[in-house]
Amino acid sequence: MSEEIRVDRVLDTSGLSCPMPVVKTAKEISQVPVGGILKVIATDPGSLSDIPAWAKSQGHEVVKVEKESGRFVFYVKRTK
Amino acid sequence: MKKLCIVVANDTLENAMMSLIIASTAAAMGVETHIFYTFWGLNLLKKGGLEKAKLGKMSLFTGMMKSRMKAKNIPGPEELLKAAVATGNVHLHACSTTAELMNIKKEDMIPEVEDVIGAATFLELAKDGQIIFLT
Repeated sequence: MSEEIRVDRVLDTSGLSCPMPVVKTAKEISQVPVGGILKVIATDPGSLSDIPAWAKSQGHEVVKVEKESGRFVFYVKRTK
Repeated sequence: MKKLCIVVANDTLENAMMSLIIASTAAAMGVETHIFYTFWGLNLLKKGGLEKAKLGKMSLFTGMMKSRMKAKNIPGPEELLKAAVATGNVHLHACSTTAELMNIKKEDMIPEVEDVIGAATFLELAKDGQIIFLT
């Protein structure tokens, strides 16, 4: 049984390297309503720890991370 | 961390990129960030200065490094500076003594430079923050 995550907005940072995925995610989260989900797609290997570190610093929640071949998908919940 | 202040005292490509990567990331993490460019670092703020920045180590290979960055889609200093300033949380300051010493006027600098300030103003800005020196 798979759980559906309702996504409010999608940000694709494929091909971008540090610091751009975090910088763009920080900008994009403001476009999502509080409680909403921003789906972030990244190919930068550093983003695997950077996006959660950024979310932690801002008090947002990474509800799910999907790792595919060379591609990471984060579901970030805006908490405030 | 509430505030981050970076002093850039040299005009190498490494310093330009390190300062801007850390600054834009800090800004994205809600940290108010100031970069103070002093001595040779001020060259980076001159119009065309970022484009001219060379590696501090093995400067002859600057072109090679830049094409490698391009191939790997790593943003160059010009793009990093634009991204940093666009966060609204990164402030660029030029050192007034250096500007005087090297005869660099505000109009010779890129428009993203917020102001030309002295050491006391910078320390006042930095008083409740972390300071990093890049030399």
